[in-house]
Amino acid sequence: MAITMAQALNQSLHDAFEKDDRVVLFGEDVGTLGGVFRITDKLQERFGDQRCFDTPLAEAGIAGTAVGMAMYGFRPIIEMQFDGFTYPAFEQIVSHIAKMRNRSRGTVTMPITIRIPFGGGIGAVEHHSESPEAYFAHTAGLKVVTPGTPADAYSLLTESIFSDDPVVFFEPKRRYWMKEDAILPITTEPIGQSVVRRPGTTATLAAYGPMVKTCLETAEAAEAEGWDLEVIDIRSLVPFDHGTIVESVERTGRLVVVHEAQTTAGFGAEVAARVQQHAFYSLEAPVQRVGGFDIPYPAAMLEEFFLPDVDRILDAVATTLEY
Amino acid sequence: MNRSEPAALDQRYLQLLPPAEPVQLLDDDGVLHENPDFPIDDLGPDDLRNLYRYMVVSRRIDKQAISLQRQGQLGVYASLLGQEAAQVGGAYALEDRDWMFPSFREMGAAIVRGLEPGQLLHQWRGTWLSGHNPYDSNFALMSIPIGTQAIHGAGYAIAAAFDGEDIVVMTYFGDGATSEGDPHEAMNFAAVYDAPCIFFVQNNQYAISTPLSEQTRAPTIAHKGIGYGIPGYRVDGNDVLATYAVTRRAVQRARAGEGPSLIEAVTYRMEAHTTSDDPTRYRTPEEMDEWQRRDPIARFGAYLSAEGLMDDELKDRIDADVETLASGIREEIYEAPHGDPMELFEHVYVDPPAEFADQRALLTRELDAGTNGTEG
Repeated sequence: MAITMAQALNQSLHDAFEKDDRVVLFGEDVGTLGGVFRITDKLQERFGDQRCFDTPLAEAGIAGTAVGMAMYGFRPIIEMQFDGFTYPAFEQIVSHIAKMRNRSRGTVTMPITIRIPFGGGIGAVEHHSESPEAYFAHTAGLKVVTPGTPADAYSLLTESIFSDDPVVFFEPKRRYWMKEDAILPITTEPIGQSVVRRPGTTATLAAYGPMVKTCLETAEAAEAEGWDLEVIDIRSLVPFDHGTIVESVERTGRLVVVHEAQTTAGFGAEVAARVQQHAFYSLEAPVQRVGGFDIPYPAAMLEEFFLPDVDRILDAVATTLEY
Repeated sequence: MNRSEPAALDQRYLQLLPPAEPVQLLDDDGVLHENPDFPIDDLGPDDLRNLYRYMVVSRRIDKQAISLQRQGQLGVYASLLGQEAAQVGGAYALEDRDWMFPSFREMGAAIVRGLEPGQLLHQWRGTWLSGHNPYDSNFALMSIPIGTQAIHGAGYAIAAAFDGEDIVVMTYFGDGATSEGDPHEAMNFAAVYDAPCIFFVQNNQYAISTPLSEQTRAPTIAHKGIGYGIPGYRVDGNDVLATYAVTRRAVQRARAGEGPSLIEAVTYRMEAHTTSDDPTRYRTPEEMDEWQRRDPIARFGAYLSAEGLMDDELKDRIDADVETLASGIREEIYEAPHGDPMELFEHVYVDPPAEFADQRALLTRELDAGTNGTEG
């Protein structure tokens, strides 16, 4: 049966609510409306307005309320309606949600899941297409994950909700309607393991979130060039499993890292550094980074020129093959 | 032109407005003027002596902490001198099961709550980020970013209300924090969910050096409550009985399911913002003298003596007890071990990432080689 990523996320929430009555979800428009992307559809109807409820329009308030509710013993899931509106909550997330366990010497646990629809490609207005994952990956105390497929969306969200560490959960909004054959619920996999989505021998593509599908499309297109590309879905930025990528590079000798976020100081830099540290002698060419340009996310009509696409990734593969 | 509002609306907002003058029960000379709206009939003689003792303890520990900072035993310290009545009176209106979400200046409230002062001083000493388990005392960790804890308190109160647990949450912040966003979001959230939360503002007149007049154009901080549909109370924060009575009323409202309240305790920080600050650059001696005259402990002590609730013997005994407590804290701090370096990696994650193994090994090698811990 084909399910969309949005359905998988919604099913994960329903199942988590069913499993543990301490799981609550709140944010802007998540109740009656079911979220602007309908990810929280029917949660309030089924579980009541103390399990899933609308909040005043205040992101810092939402994140800070989650701190208090987690201290009390709930397991809050909060929704940041859009990536670009997460910034007012940044202080609460990095100064309190991330640090409370450390500050309290382990006595205060923050089992909070921060859901953020992120990335571009849907023709949205300014502030609705940001890729802020590096800010959070750089903050000790947070886990940062993002699914690339519907089944993985179910697995990762479920694991995030039941993680006792706080998790920033990035939902690739352009993939909400992506379909995959799967029957839910599936057996979930622990956070922190990258996965080979497509085996290959010519070069390795490593990506996460929305770029996983783009990389799989690139691998298909590359067959015409006679290239057999391996595609790795990083899935979890923190903790980051570089082992899967290192093993892949030991086979292929070449690596291209792909993300939508601006290239400078993006997560691709971390991937490149780890691989040159752990697989230096296996590398046949410098690691290539393919990302967005170092500019603010552009207006909708121009985003196709900003976002990495099949051609830009193929060019990067070609570059690695010149060595 | 007749633009008068409907009477019903007038009544709704007038009920939320603070009185023109702060509620005061003890005048500056310590004479009691009872107010039927804010009774203290539930305070027996032992309660009154407790209030005094807590204030004296708070002041002595505060003085001790400043001395320890001067000796280099604490890195920095934020004094509460002058704010003893606000902290003790407010905290005394809560039950043990209630929760407090403090800023970094609430040593007095912590003492009422029964925390060991030494536990809190570890944070200023720099051995641990925090020194107590909040679940032991229902006293949350001190929060350094300004006003951020207000929304934690609101969230805790919302959670308790959802669970049907009969507790009240008191969150503390200062006049400066009322310019930050978080306390406003907190008051709005708490109001929307009728959460049993009290927003207790100690208006000590200065945000480091910036006076209230440059902080807000609101008539008073208590007036801000009307913006959230919650009552704002204004109280003489140097009057421990008034602070108690006003807070008790907010507690009763919260317990009755009537939602949050905002309390502005009008007081004065007699010391510097922290030990790193020089208040002579922004305050006049005249202003200091004026507030010295309203000293909360002297005022309440005069009342107790006049009422025959405290004689010299009792006063001396309290002072002696407090000296013993202070010397115990000195010993505790002098002898407190520095943190274990390997503890750096503890309590960051429930499930630590793999990188911690390498980083832990690196620190171990540095420690073994004796190359770590020396400045370059």
